[in-house]
Amino acid sequence: MAGELSGILEHVDRIDELELDDVPPTSHVVELENVLRPDAPRPSWPREVVLEQAPDPADGAFRVPSPQAD
Amino acid sequence: MGGLLKLSVAEATKRIAAREVGAAEYFEAWREAAAGDELNAYLWRAEEGEGGGEGPLGGIPVAVKDLFCTEGVETTAGSRILEGHRPLYTANAVWRLAAAGAEVLGKTNMDEFAMGSSNENSAYGPVRNPWDRERVPGGSSGGSAAAVGGGLAPCAIGTDTGGSVRQPASLCGIVGLKPTYGAISRYGMIAFASSLDQCGPLTRDVTDAALLLGALQGRDPCDSTSVGIEGGVKAPAREDLSGLRFAVPAELAHDAIEPGVRAVFEATLKRIEELGGEIAEVPLPHAEHGISAYYVIAPAEASSNLARYDGVRYGMRVESEGDVVEMYESTRAAGFGDEVKRRIMLGTYALSSGYYEAYYGRAQKVRTKIAGDFAAAFERFDFVVTPTSPSVAFGLGEKTDDPLAMYMNDFFTVPMSLAGIPAISIPAGLAEPDRGGPRLPVGFQLAAPAFAEQKLLDAAYALEQAIGFDAKPGEGADG
Repeated sequence: MAGELSGILEHVDRIDELELDDVPPTSHVVELENVLRPDAPRPSWPREVVLEQAPDPADGAFRVPSPQAD
Repeated sequence: MGGLLKLSVAEATKRIAAREVGAAEYFEAWREAAAGDELNAYLWRAEEGEGGGEGPLGGIPVAVKDLFCTEGVETTAGSRILEGHRPLYTANAVWRLAAAGAEVLGKTNMDEFAMGSSNENSAYGPVRNPWDRERVPGGSSGGSAAAVGGGLAPCAIGTDTGGSVRQPASLCGIVGLKPTYGAISRYGMIAFASSLDQCGPLTRDVTDAALLLGALQGRDPCDSTSVGIEGGVKAPAREDLSGLRFAVPAELAHDAIEPGVRAVFEATLKRIEELGGEIAEVPLPHAEHGISAYYVIAPAEASSNLARYDGVRYGMRVESEGDVVEMYESTRAAGFGDEVKRRIMLGTYALSSGYYEAYYGRAQKVRTKIAGDFAAAFERFDFVVTPTSPSVAFGLGEKTDDPLAMYMNDFFTVPMSLAGIPAISIPAGLAEPDRGGPRLPVGFQLAAPAFAEQKLLDAAYALEQAIGFDAKPGEGADG
C-alpha cells in the first residue's frame, strides 16, 4: 500500500503549482448564521435499548478490555 | 404486472391516488422484481409491503442505499465492521420519504462507507452493471443505480460526496441528482466526509427526480447544516432552452475523455442549440485540481468520522489478548476493507502535525478557488455542462490495482461537490467502449448555482425530452 499512497500524494502535490498564499480556506460552502434550537429537554434512548447493539454489554454499561493489560 | 413496472413514479402516484392501481399490488409487483436481483444490487429486501401511505409519493417503493440508517433493519454501509448492525433510528431522508407516502423496498449495496467509484469496495461483493454484467455499475451508490437501471426498483436514493450519485447514474443509463449541500438533512446518513456528503435521488427520468427531491428536501433540527430549498420543488415543465446560457469548461478540450463519450457530449451540445440554448466556453482553471483537493479533504474528514468504529458501542468487535487499544486495532484491521484503510491513512497523514498546512490547509484554499471559478462562470452563464464521467462503464477488476486511475472517474463530478452546488446527470446516448463491445450509456452533467435546483430540473427536463433516450439494458447493441 505504501507505493499506492505515495502515488496519490504525488498527484496531490500538483497543488503546489498554484499561488495560494492570500487565499482564504473554505471549510463550509453554504453561508450559515448561528443555528439555534430551543433548549428543551427531550427523552434519551432507554439504556437497555442502546446496549442491545453493544458487542459486550455488562452491568448496564459497555465492557472493554482493561486499558492496562498485563 | 409488467405494465405496472413501466409506469414512471409520477404516473404511478397518480394512478394509485385515483385508485386505478392498488398500492399493495404495485408494491408487490416491485417486490417480485427486486426478488429477481441477479446484479447483487440489494443487501436487504422487504419481505412484504404495507403499500405506503398517502402523499406525493403515496404507494411508491424506494430502494435505499445502505448508508442510510433504518430503524430495526440491518444497515451496514457496505462494511464488515457494521455487519448485523440494526440502527435505533431512521435517517431523516428515509423518514421524509415515508412521510410522503413511500415505502422502503430494500437496502442497496455500495462501496464501503461510500468510498469508491465502481462498487468493487463493498464487503458484500461487487454490484454488476445491468447493461453488461462483466462491467461495474459505478459507485459508490452502485446498488441504487443498478436497481433502477436494471428494473429492480422504480426509484432510489443514494449519497454523493464527490460524484457517488451522478457517476453510477451515468454508467447505468438513468438520472442522478446531487442537490446543493444543505438541501437535504444528513441526519442518520452514515458520515463519510461531512462537508461534502449529500443525499440525492436516482430515477428513470427528470420528473421523478424532482418528485423525490421535493419530498426529501427540508430543514431538520437534527442537522444544523440543513436549510432545505426555499419554495420547494415543482414538476419540471420547460419545453425549450431559449434565453439560457450553457458554459463548457475551456479545459475540456484537452481532458482525457473516451472518443465515444466526447461524441455523445458534442451531439448533446448541438441539441441544446437546437432548443434555443446558447453555448460558449468558459475557463475553469482550478477544476483540474479538484481531484487533488478532494482526495485530501474527503479522507481527512473520513479519518475523523470513522474513528467511532472501535468495537465498543455497536458493530463488530474482534477480541485480542491485550488491552483496549489492541482490541480497537484488531477490530479495525478485520472490519475495514483496503480502500477504507487507505483513506484513513491518507487522512490522518494530511491532518498530522507538520503536514496539516501543506495538505489540508492548501486543499481548502483550492476549494475556495474552485468555488470562485464557478461563481465567475455563473455571472454570465446559467449552467456549466460536462460529460458526467470520462468513460462508459469499465470492466470489473479493470482499475482495482490502481487507486489513482479509479479516482480519476470523479474528475468531472468532484469540482461541483467541492463548490457545494447542485448537478444532475441525465442519459444522453450510447457509446462504444474504447476497447470495443456493445454500446453503453453516457451521462451528460449540468451544474447550476447553489439552490437553483428548480431551474436545473427545468432545463434538464427540456433536454431530456429532446434527447428521447429510451434504450434499455439488453438492447444496447442495436438501440
